[in-house]
Amino acid sequence: MRTALLIVAALTVSPFSAMAEETVRIIETWARASVLASRPGVAYLTIESARDDRLLSVESPVADRVMIHATENKDDVNRMVHLDTLELPAGKSVMLAPGGTHLMLVGLKERLIEGARVPVTLRFERAGEVTITIPVLSIGARGPKEDIQ
Amino acid sequence: MNPLTSFTPPKLAHIRYALWILTAIAGLVLVGLYTTGTQPIERRQPIQTGEAAIHSEFTLTDHTGKRVTEADFLGSWQMVFFGFTYCPDVCPTTLAYMATVLDILGESAAKTAPLFITVDPGRDTPKVMADYVSAFHHRLVGLTGSELDVAATADAFRVYYERMEEDSAPDGYLMAHSGHIYLMTPEGRFEAVFREGDQPPEEMAWKIQNIMDKYGK
Repeated sequence: MRTALLIVAALTVSPFSAMAEETVRIIETWARASVLASRPGVAYLTIESARDDRLLSVESPVADRVMIHATENKDDVNRMVHLDTLELPAGKSVMLAPGGTHLMLVGLKERLIEGARVPVTLRFERAGEVTITIPVLSIGARGPKEDIQ
Repeated sequence: MNPLTSFTPPKLAHIRYALWILTAIAGLVLVGLYTTGTQPIERRQPIQTGEAAIHSEFTLTDHTGKRVTEADFLGSWQMVFFGFTYCPDVCPTTLAYMATVLDILGESAAKTAPLFITVDPGRDTPKVMADYVSAFHHRLVGLTGSELDVAATADAFRVYYERMEEDSAPDGYLMAHSGHIYLMTPEGRFEAVFREGDQPPEEMAWKIQNIMDKYGK
C-alpha cells in the first residue's frame, strides 16, 4: 500500500477528465518487460472507483490494441477470455494481476524494455478518460513491488 | 396301473425342453453380464494408472535447432512446463517463477533440466524459442517441433491443450493449455506436480531439494 500511494502520486490525469480525478483511482500499475516485439505484452493495475462504473476500453501509443483479458482456470486448463468491458462496483478494488485479469498489449511498436514508462489511456463509462504512465518492470517481476525479487 | 408311469415320458420330455430353454437363457444372461460387466472395468484402467502413466517421452527440436529426445535429459530432474510465446500472462509468470526456483536451488539447479515445451509450434520456431528462453534463465531449454511431435509429447505427459479461435487475438487464435509444472525423476518418471501460485518459489525449491535428497540423486 505504501508503494501504491507512491504510484498514485505518479498518476497523471488528462486535462479532459477533471471529474475522473475524484472518482477513479488507478494504483499498483506495472508492465512486464517483453522478449520480442512480435509477442503481446502485458500490464497490470488496480482500479478503485468511488461509484459504480465500467472500464470500456484501453489504448496505448505503444501498441496497436490493448485488450482486457481474463485468465480462466477450469479443470487445470488456462484459457484467456476477452472481456468487452470491466465492471467496477462502487468502493471495490478491482485488481488486475498475474494469472488473472490483465491488459494484453497487441502489436507492440517495440518490445517493452525494463525501466521504460508506457502511457496508457483508460476510458470509463462515467469517469471519462484517464491517462497514466505504467513502469516496465523486469521480466521476472512478480508484482508492482519489484523488491520481491 | 400307475397313471404316473404311463404319462412320465412326455412329462420328462417337457421338463427336459424347459431345462434346455432355461439353460440357454441363463447362458445368454451370463454372456450379457460378462460383456457389460467387463467393459467399464477396462475403461476405468487409464484413470486408475493416472499419474503413474505420466512419463517423459518425446522427439522435439531444442532452441539451438538440435533434435532431442527424453534420453538426452535422462539423469537430470526434468521440470516441464507447456505454454506458448504469444501467451502474455500465465506463461511469462510461470517461467519467471521457474527461474526464481532455479536460482533458489543454487548448486542443485545443475541437476535439473528445466524444459519449456510450446503448444504453438507453428509460430514458436527454434529461433523464437531461443530468444524467449534466454530472457528467463540460462538453464531453460525451449522445445518445439511439428504439430504431431508436440501432440505426442503432450500425450505422454497427459497434458491438455487446444486452439481457441479469437478474432481479436494475433493471427486470430489463442491456445488454452494446462499450467502445470511437472517434476520428473532422472529416469523420466513422474514425481510431483506444481503450479505457480500454489506456493511461493522458496517452498517449491525446498520441496524439490527434499525430493532430491530422498532419492540421493
